Amino acid sequence: MLGRTLQEVSAALKQGQITPTELCQKCLSLIKKTKFLNAYITVSEEVALKQAEESEKRYKNGQSLGDLDGIPVAVKDNFSTSGIETTCASNMLKGYIPPYNATVVQKLLDQGALLMGKTNLDEFAMGSGSTDGIFGPVKNPWSYSKQYREKRKQNPHSKNEDSDWLITGGSSGGSAAAVSAFTCYAALGSDTGGSTRNPAAHCGLVGFKPSYGLVSRHGLIPLVNSMDVPGILTRCVDDAAIVLGALAGPDPKDSTTVHDPINKPFMLPSLADVSKLCIGIPKEYLIPELSSEVRSLWSKAADLFESEGAKVLEVSLPHTSYSIVCYHVLCTSEVASNMARFDGLQYGHRCDINVSTEAMYAASRREGFNDVVRGRILSGNFFLLKENYENYFVKAQKVRRLIANDFVNAFNSGVDVLLTPTTLSEAVPYLEFIKEDNRTRSAQDDIFTQAVNMAGLPAVSIPVALSNQGLPIGLQFIGRAFCDQQLLTVAKWFEKQVQFPVIQLQELMDDCSAVLENEKSASVSLKQ
Amino acid sequence: MAAPMLRWVGRGRRWTFAQVDGGSCHRREAPTGSTSNRIRGRSSVAQQPLYTTQKPRKGEHKWAAVVGLEIHAQISSNSKLFSGSQVRFSAPPNSLVSFFDASLPGTLPVLNRRCVEAAVMTGLALNCHINKKSLFDRKHYFYADLPAGYQITQQRLPIAVNGSLTYGVCAGKKQSQVIPKTVRIKQIQLEQDSGKSLHDDLRSQTLIDLNRAEGQLRVDANISVHHPGEPLGVRTEVKNLNSIRFLAKAIDYEIQRQINELENGGEILNETRSFHYQLGCTMSMRDKEGKQDYRFMPEPNLPPLVLYDATSLPAGADPQQVINIDQIRETLPELPSVTRERLVQQYGMLLEHSFTLLNEVGLLEFFQNVIKETRAEPKKVTSWVLNTFLGYLKQQNLAVSESPVTPSALAELLDLLDSRTISSAAAKQVFEELWKREGKTPGQIVSEKQLELMEDRGALEQLCHSMMEAHPQVVMDLKKGNPRAINKLIGLVRKATQSRADPAMIKEILEKKLSS
Repeated sequence: MLGRTLQEVSAALKQGQITPTELCQKCLSLIKKTKFLNAYITVSEEVALKQAEESEKRYKNGQSLGDLDGIPVAVKDNFSTSGIETTCASNMLKGYIPPYNATVVQKLLDQGALLMGKTNLDEFAMGSGSTDGIFGPVKNPWSYSKQYREKRKQNPHSKNEDSDWLITGGSSGGSAAAVSAFTCYAALGSDTGGSTRNPAAHCGLVGFKPSYGLVSRHGLIPLVNSMDVPGILTRCVDDAAIVLGALAGPDPKDSTTVHDPINKPFMLPSLADVSKLCIGIPKEYLIPELSSEVRSLWSKAADLFESEGAKVLEVSLPHTSYSIVCYHVLCTSEVASNMARFDGLQYGHRCDINVSTEAMYAASRREGFNDVVRGRILSGNFFLLKENYENYFVKAQKVRRLIANDFVNAFNSGVDVLLTPTTLSEAVPYLEFIKEDNRTRSAQDDIFTQAVNMAGLPAVSIPVALSNQGLPIGLQFIGRAFCDQQLLTVAKWFEKQVQFPVIQLQELMDDCSAVLENEKSASVSLKQ
Repeated sequence: MAAPMLRWVGRGRRWTFAQVDGGSCHRREAPTGSTSNRIRGRSSVAQQPLYTTQKPRKGEHKWAAVVGLEIHAQISSNSKLFSGSQVRFSAPPNSLVSFFDASLPGTLPVLNRRCVEAAVMTGLALNCHINKKSLFDRKHYFYADLPAGYQITQQRLPIAVNGSLTYGVCAGKKQSQVIPKTVRIKQIQLEQDSGKSLHDDLRSQTLIDLNRAEGQLRVDANISVHHPGEPLGVRTEVKNLNSIRFLAKAIDYEIQRQINELENGGEILNETRSFHYQLGCTMSMRDKEGKQDYRFMPEPNLPPLVLYDATSLPAGADPQQVINIDQIRETLPELPSVTRERLVQQYGMLLEHSFTLLNEVGLLEFFQNVIKETRAEPKKVTSWVLNTFLGYLKQQNLAVSESPVTPSALAELLDLLDSRTISSAAAKQVFEELWKREGKTPGQIVSEKQLELMEDRGALEQLCHSMMEAHPQVVMDLKKGNPRAINKLIGLVRKATQSRADPAMIKEILEKKLSS
């Protein structure tokens, strides 16, 4: 039952094959078994069980709230949850309990979903590995999969050590690990430069970033307001569409949500043929850093579309290479601004120093934020200085416009969706990953995903195949603004063609107690 | 030290954009609490009067002062500019604070429609150009009563620009003559308010009230002096002036201080100053942090504010979702300058009288109601309302709405006067009776007190005759060629009639008798 998709388990609930409480308990016990993955910061067991009880009553009375009723879900720990600690994996918000639910959380609960807990991330979602939060790094469930372990056994050079585990990608790594390890059926991530799609690709999941303005950001603790969107992580495209159907729509509490009605619910037709479709391949995305395996899968995917009758065109997004540096300026500037409210006065961490208000601010912020956050605040404030504003912020905004226009031009040339890699390669081991600093990693890892956020477009990463090492590789589809349904329809067709294998965690489940013992010391030392 | 010669004299001077935004200090603001949703207007005032410390000697340079005002006015609305929480005067501290007001992480601003309408209306009333598209910016500084670490304002592209306001200044020999003046408005911007810091010096604590709904007006004045024809001087900014009286005092003081400083070889620092209410002087605020850089940035959570007019309104637009400038223009009440002009035209009153009528809340309405009900000449009504009625109000410190005399009562009284039923002296007496709130009509008072004019000429002649007989000395004086002596007789007769007789008739009878 746990390995099923959301759609399947929803059907099972409706048919009475399993009750919400049974499902909830199974997930809770798996969460405990896979605790070493560090996917969850907070497990809201009591809340989930109570919600399951209520859901069960509704099913008994024939008053199910719909597809999400009784479905266990997880939420990234940067969405406000009423009465449940929301930390952003930062000392600054340790112990902070919001008095309200983010709109997306409320919508999930209104549909009867069960909130299993809050998932791990990079501090304030700043990172691409889910390695830089105060609760320690998240471990990729694929590190423990049969597929990966068998490949490693075949490789005489690999040391078969459990400490050689892989990162999930980030910053929504906890959400990705939670879905990938079957502890829930869908999870919310956030996506500012690829934070949902990147871990989805590394964890063999569907990672969907909706159009900016389609889903409310109210209650999402911001990284970059003008680029943030709540993201959806699921095991298949149809599941993502179901969740999107529950979340999409205007929110009076978020003035950037759009009022134009979009077909709801997001039921995805099964495309019979793709002959009317035009797929664009952006030539600038073919870069030397791209691993040969990803490159070859990308080109195979293009061939697949072509062989099935779709038109496949090479397109140009000429300003792509400026995206990283432009993002750096815009992101850090908004970060500097958004982080200003964390002064230790009303909520969050407050230091013991009380000589003056200024001294208290300085010490609280020094203690509360990690180096990555502080570094971004510092650069952002530099870019916003009166003397620098025109040279940096305004220029970056102009470049952002050019990047957005690149996409518009591509779509105007007749392309329906763009097909690109999601990441440069499959997931790397943690010890490998931390050889580079957060900034370098983020710049590299966001390379295919970030321009989409600049343009506010919908994009989805679809798991395609396993690498030679037995690890998932994802490809990304990018759609026209607010053509989320069309995008997902194409992705669904593609998903059906590629038949990505299910993660085999049986071994992990069976001897997870052993793994747990082994990992205890390791994780303690990593958590500092 | 001679007092400034004239305030508000000379041609209006407008700040250029470069002048207002040029110095980084201009917008520096010691963040203290004040109002809730507010409109910030930047008048680019205003004046180039000439100042000297002493009477100018020949060849001596005169000084001109330039003043710019930044006016923070609270919008009268039910809820705050960016949140649904209420605005209410003197509510208990922190009782009207939404999650957004407390800047809880993840909360977003939602623009209040009523505040936008009020800003558009203000812009129209002040002859501004209304920007069809305006933007919101974040202005950053750390302060305990600014929980987000920034304030949302309209720095770069505000809702209204380039307006003007015509007003009158009392001047001239009698200080009663009104000289019309125009001040130019640089911009009107919607701005979120900070909270309020309450300093408890005893416990050395600062308490924060995030209700943000106190005080309806706050003004920062930018002041500089220079010699006419020479470049503008360095300006200072006097912050947080919360009454018109203190504003005027602070400006006067600051102009004089700068002149003295410069004439004594000193220099003016581009600094922020505060006005000390008790001492009546301005003092440097000695801002420890030095020049602040507010690091302005576009507010990403609010889309551009787009306004429509009849020509640009999209077909089928939901009236709840759009704001139509033309529609707001239609709801504008008659503006004071138009009203004043109308009063002068329609009733032939002096311009200064029209100012007085408009400056006192409710007085114009009172006046118009009297006019409606009386046959008396408008000039008579003006005189009674502005002299007698307003005089009584002022003396007892009452508002028009608290007046014991209704417009109908005054109208009836003026009718009695107009029909020559009573003399004006008797009318004053009736008015005084009305003021006692005894519920009597002027007619009742007149008949009870027998204040009607004596119509019986025979009786009056009789009275004059006996008065002449009783005062032979006065009659002698008159006959000796002192014509003013007749006034004494008139006065005596009037007194005997309890002011009921028409003095003109008395005079006529007396003259007739004397010449016969």
